[in-house]
Parts: sequence; structure tokens; C-alpha cells
Amino acid sequence: MAMIAMASGFLLILIGLFGALSNRNILRMIVAFAVANTGVNLVLVAVGYMDGRTAPILNEAVPVAEATARIIDPVPQALVLTAIVIGVGVTALMLAYAYKLFKTKGTLDISQYTDLKW
Amino acid sequence: MIKRFTLMLLLAGLGAIFAGLMLDYVPDAELNRTADYYAKNTAADLGAANIVTAIIVTYRGLDTLGEVTVLFLTAAIVGLVLAREKHEQSQPKREHPPTGELLTTGTRLLLPLILLFGAYVFSHGHLTPGGGFQGGAILASGMLLMLLSHPLRRFGHRTIAVVESIAGLAFVFIGVLGIALAGGFLDNRILPIGTLGELVSAGAIPLIYSFVGLKVGAEFSSMLLNLSETEEL
Amino acid sequence: MTLSIGLALLLAIAMVVSAIMATRGRRSLGISILAAGLASLLASVMFLLLGAPDVAMTEAAIGSGLTTFLFFFVLGRVRRGEHD
Repeated sequence: MAMIAMASGFLLILIGLFGALSNRNILRMIVAFAVANTGVNLVLVAVGYMDGRTAPILNEAVPVAEATARIIDPVPQALVLTAIVIGVGVTALMLAYAYKLFKTKGTLDISQYTDLKW
Repeated sequence: MIKRFTLMLLLAGLGAIFAGLMLDYVPDAELNRTADYYAKNTAADLGAANIVTAIIVTYRGLDTLGEVTVLFLTAAIVGLVLAREKHEQSQPKREHPPTGELLTTGTRLLLPLILLFGAYVFSHGHLTPGGGFQGGAILASGMLLMLLSHPLRRFGHRTIAVVESIAGLAFVFIGVLGIALAGGFLDNRILPIGTLGELVSAGAIPLIYSFVGLKVGAEFSSMLLNLSETEEL
Repeated sequence: MTLSIGLALLLAIAMVVSAIMATRGRRSLGISILAAGLASLLASVMFLLLGAPDVAMTEAAIGSGLTTFLFFFVLGRVRRGEHD
């Protein structure tokens, strides 16, 4: 099960990278980056999975005394929570910049922006 | 053609590296030492039932401070980049068709429920899955509903900015109180721990997470407000 | 045991198909954005199957909902540059 999630996560990263490097519309590039973000988070959570165990929350299903034998690794989940929130912040920034770029030149095609080329 | 070929070559190389990583991977049979320590000592030391919340707020609280700072920077930069020019102070003449009755009545019914649900999620973060970030996103979606149903109303930026600043200052203040009164930064033992599984337990974790939830909700709301006030090009 | 593995396989295939639709399409930009939102939502269900309910809630609310809405806001403002 962890292998299925990890394989699909890696596939999502590759698809997102392909979309970011081969599209010419700026908005399509940002969509591809968002897909790659999702893939990275999927791989990170899949690393912490262990067979036959359950989520790291202590209640009457997982009493405190047998917690060590019944829960999966909680540290990758804490990392991924932070990563998702920061990913959406970066996407919002990219969209704000795309809007400003469109306001200056009127086109969203990235091959028209040749100001920095020698 | 050359570009496409080089791109395929790059992706094939990356795919080979990923496949190599995946074939060598063997899932663990036992928890490693860090996770073992967290599993054994969370209930006794901190009194929180949700171990992931305990890690985010207390054990690795400094990372949460960094994340809150990054979100604050993001909201500030979006506000800066999308600021309207000063000489366009006059009201823009936008003709909007009036939004339908279904949307306005539905908003009036749903908005208090959404705000209540968001407050529930971030105040019960130490007992059930949930917490500050999820609750803040739910609060921001309530604000989004209001933006959709009243598109011409001007919302005040000042209220949101004041809420965000006060929540951020309170978060840092509680963290510093942790240094003065208990073990370290963002230690939650400044308030009594109580019994496992009650609402008023786990020391200062509900308080800290509530402030984080308010701050995140205010930041997302201000980002959405800035984006919706840009002109139609 | 096999029920959850079968469900995970189905989710993985659906996620990869919608990711391909999001990046590769000659379709309109709106459909690409919706396909990316769908991939994110399916990833959130997969997080639940992997035993991470906190992450599933965060991904569904922030990753799928707010990101899709941000995209549609900006798409509405730049309507002229949409067709490429």
C-alpha cells in the first residue's frame, strides 16, 4: 500500500515537471507546479506508513498503554502539514505575479517576455 | 524538437533515480527512536490526545513559528503587489447583475454555521484530527462566501489586519511566557494539564492553536480580498 | 485487507489520469484547473487510507479548495490571454 502511494506520488512529480517545462501559458505552468506539490506531499506521507497500524491519535481505540505498538510514525505528518500550507502560499504569490505581468504586456505567453534575454 | 527531446531525457533520468529509490525501500517494522519517544511520553508529559498536534505546537513549536512567519510574509507581499494606485480613489463604475436570491439567502443561513464549525475545529485540535490550520481555512471559506454574494461591497482591510496582528502577537507572547514560567519556548505546561480527553486539558495547546487558527484565517481572507479587488482587465 | 489495496489502486489510477489531463490538455484552461483540483481531492482520500486524518483534512480544505478558487479568481481577471 505504501508502494502504490509512493509510485503514484513520483508519477505526479514527473507529470508536474513535464507540464511546467513544456507549456507556454503562464497559468498552465502554475497549475503544473501545484500538481507537483501534491505529488511531493504524497511521497512524504507514504514514507511514514506501517502495515497493520493506525493513525496516531489516542482514544479508546488506541489506549495509552499500547500506543507504541499500534500507531504509525507521526513526524512525517507534521512536516507535510507545514508543507501544504506553505505550498499554497507560494501558489498565491505566483498567481499575483502572473496578474501583474499580464497587466504590463497584455499576453500570457512566456516566449513574448524577452526583456531579460541578451 | 531538440527541446522536447532534452526534456524527455531529463524526465527519464529523474524517473530512473526515483525507481532506484523505490526498489531499495523497505517499510520499517518498529517505530524509530524519535517516534517511540513521542508515542510513549505525549500523554504523560503534555496531556494531548492528538500526537501530531502535540508535535506541531510543543515539541517542534519553532517550526510553527517559522511557518506562521512565512504565511505573514506571503499575505503582505500579495497585498503589496496587488495594491491599487493611489490616484484611482474614485469608485470604479462596475455594472454587476444582482446576485440571485438563492445565493444571498443561502449565505445568510450558512455563514454563522461555517464560522461555528471553524471555531470548533481549531479549539478541539488536541482531541480530534483538526487544529489551527484547518480551522483557519474554514473561516476563510466563510469570508469567500460573503465575497461571492456581495461582490460590490467594500470590506474593511483594517479589521482583518488588526485581528491578524493581535493573534500573532499573542502567539509569540505565550511562547515567551513558556520560557519564563516553564521549560522552554512554547511549552504548554504554563497552564495545568488536566485529564486526557477533556476539552480543557493539555495546558496551553488549545489557546495557542486558537490564536494560530485566527491568524491563518485572517491571512487567507486578506489574500482573497486583495485578489478580488483587482480591476477587470 | 484487499479492499483497501483495491481502493488505493483505483485512486492512484484516477489521480494520474486527472494529472495528465491537467498538464497536457489542448482543452481550455478552466478544465485544466478543475482536473488539478480533482487530483488534489483524490490525494486527500489517499492520505486517509494511509492513516493521516490531519493531513487529509488540510489537503482537502487548503490544497484542493482554496487553490482552485485562487486560480479561478485570477483566470476571471485575465480573460483575454486565456486561449493559447
